[in-house]
Amino acid sequence: MKNEGVETTYTIPVGPIHPALKEPIRLDLKVDGEEIVDVDVIVGQVHRGIEWLGMNRNNPIQNIYLAERVCGICNICHPFAYVMAVEQAAGITPSERSEYIRVITAEMERIHSHLLWAGVAAHEIGFDSVFYLVWRVREEIMDLIEYVTGNRVTKAMFQIGGVRRDITEEQFPRIRKTLNYYKSIFDQLRAVFLDDRTIRMRTRNVGILKTEDALKLLACGPTGRASGVTKDVRQDQAYGAYADMDIKAITPDMLTGTIVGDVYDRIVVRLLEVKQSIEIIERCLEEMPPGAILVESKMAKVLNTLKKAEGEGVGRAEAPRGEVIHYVRLEAGRETLATWKIRAPTYVNLMSIPTILKGGQIADVPIAFASIDPCMSCTNRATVVDSKTKNKSLLTDSELHKLSVEKTRRLKAKFDSQ
Amino acid sequence: MEILSPKEIVERFKTALGAGFVNDQIYEREVAVKKNLFQAIRIYIKRETFRQAVDLICKLQEYPHLSIISSSDLGDSVELIYHFTIYYGHHLKELSLGLCLNLPKTNLKIPTITDIIPGALFTERETQEMMGVEVTGIPDNRRLFLPEDFPEGVYPWRKDEKGPHDLLRVLPGHSCHSERSEETQDPWEKK
Repeated sequence: MKNEGVETTYTIPVGPIHPALKEPIRLDLKVDGEEIVDVDVIVGQVHRGIEWLGMNRNNPIQNIYLAERVCGICNICHPFAYVMAVEQAAGITPSERSEYIRVITAEMERIHSHLLWAGVAAHEIGFDSVFYLVWRVREEIMDLIEYVTGNRVTKAMFQIGGVRRDITEEQFPRIRKTLNYYKSIFDQLRAVFLDDRTIRMRTRNVGILKTEDALKLLACGPTGRASGVTKDVRQDQAYGAYADMDIKAITPDMLTGTIVGDVYDRIVVRLLEVKQSIEIIERCLEEMPPGAILVESKMAKVLNTLKKAEGEGVGRAEAPRGEVIHYVRLEAGRETLATWKIRAPTYVNLMSIPTILKGGQIADVPIAFASIDPCMSCTNRATVVDSKTKNKSLLTDSELHKLSVEKTRRLKAKFDSQ
Repeated sequence: MEILSPKEIVERFKTALGAGFVNDQIYEREVAVKKNLFQAIRIYIKRETFRQAVDLICKLQEYPHLSIISSSDLGDSVELIYHFTIYYGHHLKELSLGLCLNLPKTNLKIPTITDIIPGALFTERETQEMMGVEVTGIPDNRRLFLPEDFPEGVYPWRKDEKGPHDLLRVLPGHSCHSERSEETQDPWEKK
């Protein structure tokens, strides 16, 4: 969008941090009355130069922990992709047992991330009782993550050549207990999200991304799959223990029979993926091979190998939000990485935002924007220009949220009076 | 859709690009217990045939997924790798296809591919600002991640004199590989 006035209104907005959307982002919406005509996405407010640190300061093992801090939620899939890239570059094959442990932790991450998103989505449309319910339910998986890895957030499980902690036979009953809990409440969750008429009214036919647009704009993860793009790295490419299983990419037609590509479909995909993750963890527990969890436990030795290694590697993993890719180049004699390029799924999914928001209403922005599960905060400050009056006004996150809540009430009142 | 093996794909590139084809590399690795194959292809091409190569990828699959463009400073030249994936949606059939170009630093230009793949815009903008590779014909020439007051002509991923060395601020008690010069008190103000 070329609108000089908007461009000069804001330089770098640093807004309040939302519990789910961690990073600030600026959306310039061009509106005609209530309808959104054009959207410009401005990113980079929290660019921390992580790749630069990996290329200039840290050695490849320190980088695992740096990769973990790329994102507060995806702190399994980033190190996962990173260690795979380094292993490819240096010619290291991880132990078979560690491939299963990696997958178990990655799927636990997916469950907690999707539940976190479901809570945020409910909050965005003003359905706060569901928000509290889902986040209460999410605590179960957080407790399990803490039990298995020793930490709720940054788990530090990954190491080049394997993982740092084993999952033993004695831990299985505790893990199964949580999985069974989720299976027992799954129908309840499904009813709350898919059968509730308020949620349906606010999400059906809102923020539509058509299959062709999704393909052209490179949408990935649940955003792409809800639009019918059957792309899932776990299904498509052999990595980790997923290579041993027949994973199938989830599309909304599996449950509803149709693909609309709206916010509702994105809820369907994420709900079904929680169920799929539970099944994957159960299979991993059953089929986990015995053996070492690391091919080389002496880190000085690994570092030495990496220092001498020369090569390139690409690691790709399916994060809760889509495909994560890490590209790594090692040069012999260099202590740091020669090149490190990270791409998180929101990077490509953000390009779909103008298409998703265009034609919608301002009150739909919070839920439509949140529906791609952006790993960035958020609509904390959006500049709204009324193209008729040319008046510019600034909406803060709370004002937008208020608008959204009012719309829900309006729709509900209309429905009740009928 | 016909699914070709990595070798057949390389052959297609050889015939289509002719002298523009430089080299190829096929990587395979056995994964986990069942030893399924992880496969990746790297195709090295010349800049002149770049758009032709992208067109060919679009023939292999109608909508190839462009993950990212990675760029490495190799001293006298910059290496760009366009990381494509094709054949997604088919169980374990997906291929990572890296299209690799070497650009001399005297002529850092590459044509845009946003007309073929609209979603390539972000990564082209990032390559432009971070590595100083000019993307000719790009529809949106603004910066992506760097702030507006970031100095012109400084590219964070460069390892030569155009790198961000003067902009480093090292906190007292910390060290960094690149030493900060004494006289630069506040590099942001100086620029």
